[in-house]
Amino acid sequence: MSETGSHNDVPEQNLPSEHGAHGGDVAVPDDPFANPGHPPHEFRRQDIDERAAKHSERVTAGLFGLSMLGTIAFIACFVIFPVDKIVFIFPFGNVSALNFSLGLTLAVALIGIGAGAVHWARTLMSDEEFSDDRHSAGADDALRENVEQQWIQGAKESGFGRRKLIRNTMFGALTLVPLAGVVILRDLGPLPEDKLRHTLWSKGKVLINQNTNKPLRPEDVVVGSLTFAMPEGLEESQEDFQEQIAKAALMIIRIKPEDIKDKRERDWAHQGIVAFSKICTHVGCPISLYEQQTHHVLCPCHQSTFDLADGARVIFGPAGHALPQLRISVNDEGNLVALGDFEEPVGPAFWERG
Amino acid sequence: MSTTTEGSTRRGKKPVGQRAAEWTDPRLGLYKLAKSNLRKIFPDHWSFMLGEICLYSFIILILTGVYLTLFFHPSMNEVVYHGPYAPLQGVRMSEAYASTLHISFEVRGGLLIRQIHHWAALIFIAAMLVHMMRVFFTGGFRKPREINWLFGWTLLFLGMFTGFTGYSLPDDLLSGTGIRFADGAVLATPVVGSYLSFFLFGGEFPGHDIVARFYSIHILLLPGLMAGLLTAHLILVFYHKHTQFPGAGKTEKNVVGMPLLPIYAAKAGGFFFLVFGVIAAIAATVSINPIWTMGPYRPDQVSTGAQPDWYMGFSEGLIRVMPGWEINAWGHTLVLGVFIPLMIFPVVLAAIAVYPFIEAWVTGDKGEHHILDRPRNRPVRTGLGMAWLSLYFVLLIGGGNDLWATHFHLSLNWITWFVRIGFFVVPVLTFLVTKRICLGLQRRDRDKVLHGRETGIIKRLPHGEYIEVHEPLSQEQRHVLTAHVQPEPIDPGPEVDENGVERKINPVSKVRAKLSRGFYGENGQIAKPTVEEYEEITSGHGHH
Repeated sequence: MSETGSHNDVPEQNLPSEHGAHGGDVAVPDDPFANPGHPPHEFRRQDIDERAAKHSERVTAGLFGLSMLGTIAFIACFVIFPVDKIVFIFPFGNVSALNFSLGLTLAVALIGIGAGAVHWARTLMSDEEFSDDRHSAGADDALRENVEQQWIQGAKESGFGRRKLIRNTMFGALTLVPLAGVVILRDLGPLPEDKLRHTLWSKGKVLINQNTNKPLRPEDVVVGSLTFAMPEGLEESQEDFQEQIAKAALMIIRIKPEDIKDKRERDWAHQGIVAFSKICTHVGCPISLYEQQTHHVLCPCHQSTFDLADGARVIFGPAGHALPQLRISVNDEGNLVALGDFEEPVGPAFWERG
Repeated sequence: MSTTTEGSTRRGKKPVGQRAAEWTDPRLGLYKLAKSNLRKIFPDHWSFMLGEICLYSFIILILTGVYLTLFFHPSMNEVVYHGPYAPLQGVRMSEAYASTLHISFEVRGGLLIRQIHHWAALIFIAAMLVHMMRVFFTGGFRKPREINWLFGWTLLFLGMFTGFTGYSLPDDLLSGTGIRFADGAVLATPVVGSYLSFFLFGGEFPGHDIVARFYSIHILLLPGLMAGLLTAHLILVFYHKHTQFPGAGKTEKNVVGMPLLPIYAAKAGGFFFLVFGVIAAIAATVSINPIWTMGPYRPDQVSTGAQPDWYMGFSEGLIRVMPGWEINAWGHTLVLGVFIPLMIFPVVLAAIAVYPFIEAWVTGDKGEHHILDRPRNRPVRTGLGMAWLSLYFVLLIGGGNDLWATHFHLSLNWITWFVRIGFFVVPVLTFLVTKRICLGLQRRDRDKVLHGRETGIIKRLPHGEYIEVHEPLSQEQRHVLTAHVQPEPIDPGPEVDENGVERKINPVSKVRAKLSRGFYGENGQIAKPTVEEYEEITSGHGHH
């Protein structure tokens, strides 16, 4: 670690005045725009003044020392703070004591090394600039010819061009063999078949209120409320719960029958209670923002807006078609039930949807 | 250390480092490799460290990522949570989500590493974009560096998907919504969409496979590809030697700067620790992706203000502002409202990737370039780059249209319409404005060269006239402002041959000549001052 030694006594001839321009073009005196050539090297204080160099050395060593303290503090914090301790630190608020202290001590440990190295490089290592020549990556003619000769000789020795049968069958084999790799991916998943067309809903299936987990009754649904429902028999613990709820989730609202503009919607409703798929027809987010006055619902993901008083048609945003409606009625016990499955696929559109 | 070295030298032995090097050399060719690299010259400029930020954040991602794999369970098996985080107790969730909670609340330092990992990912991609813009605006992509430009671009492209597959892993409500979006986009693919979706998810969405599949893509496939590309990228930077800005002593044939050992080894090595330290400090103080507040993913639940990480924001903008076009015919559906944005997304990115080849073709430039351009001296390129960036930012606004609406009390519908129109208009305006600014700056450079720098000193002459004193530029400053080559536009040749017969000019050549005039014609650049102009002004009446 004697990096300052070389700067102890800068010989006179190294001082700026003695340095001529080197590297680059030499200025042509009568061209005012010519490249003036490499400027003489300018020395820093540390290069000439050993006291300044010593100061830089102390700062660098101090930064490395700070880093050591940072690591020790990191280990101490790791031991001291329980993982669940929350502390209030202005202006960050309530934070995890462990996360906060570990992060900052690690930062000190790392920044100490980084700042020390950079300070060392900037103040004590020589900052003299040098010039290197560039060479084109390309080969010269002789080399190119040599390589081409090698290639031609190799090709000739292989008989690649002459024995067409070998060449063509090899291409054939190499083209076919990746098929094995494609075929073996077949079991990544089952074929879609008509799975995207069907949901758990079927005739007579009771609508279960997702908040209460009880059958939904018409009197539970008042004008201005938004209720989410799922089919009876679907349990969270079921293996395929996520796949089923992704298709079967329902939005239930009540609109005064005379306010329903779409005739089919009114027919499929029960006393103004309408059930629409909750899954957006754009890319499948669950729709959850309901505006009571206008009966508009908005998907929070991409802001497609549907008018539930008018067949859930799209009135704004990127969705391509209306939300599917589920035909509902009440059963003998007075619970809301489905009168069948959705008549069209729910969720995002796809090629076979039609 | 120094005493042992001295001691062993006294016994006639070489220092241990030298002995190790001499043992290795015959086996690896160490000395030959080091000969041209130990003192390799690197030019100095602050903007050259942007690429370093990319490299270092990638290393940080690998280090913290390996740590996270020790605790994360990439499984969608359902468990009921009984951990220390009270609000979620008794809630059904996937093991992926539960193990992320475990890392955040029970593993000491786990939360810190998670937050460093996520912050480093955001910084990694931001740094790649800014680094790419630096290379773009200074023409650093020109021959012989076009292939390295493509390597870098591919790293950005893969980085975005590595980020997406990474933030999807915890299987929380927000990331699950992102995967739902991906499923909707895949389903929109004509003909094979539903098959792709079923193969990707192992059946119906969301299925039980996607986290495990994204996991192997996120921790093995994509980082493996990126590590390879990154190595190739760095090897090419070494091989080509770094570009440099015009300046005294700098030419196309040389590279001027300081040597790798010791200056760049110390500066770059130190900079790694600085980047790591700053990211650690951010991770200590600024919470990121607090998955416990979102809850586990359920396909029938969502939170408002759902946003992807920032680098996916522009694709989110595309999908949000696109009108919901759907064509239904012959029993099939073409979901243009989703499929068009899905296609524009790679096209926007590819546009910047192929630009070096387009520029070289239009301008007929076949030469090697190692001196960087000042952006103002290439107004069309700078304008196109700014137009691309403006498109990117317009789409970012579209991607956060709900947040813009709630934070600035604006109408969501109006923002959406602004982005729909701005998608076409803003890049054109940006191009025109940027080009004009560049031309204005070129005129200013010309004035500075010919008349010197305005000093701000007003002098009154004996006869009462006031003049501002202009100070002539130094030789170096004059050189920097005039060093750039001003190419001529391509000439498609005369329309008639020497006999006055109309020549058939290939329509492609015509387009090319026209574009070339756009780059380097009268309206594409301001003629830089000539030596004659300079001498006429400086020899006659000295100050103006």
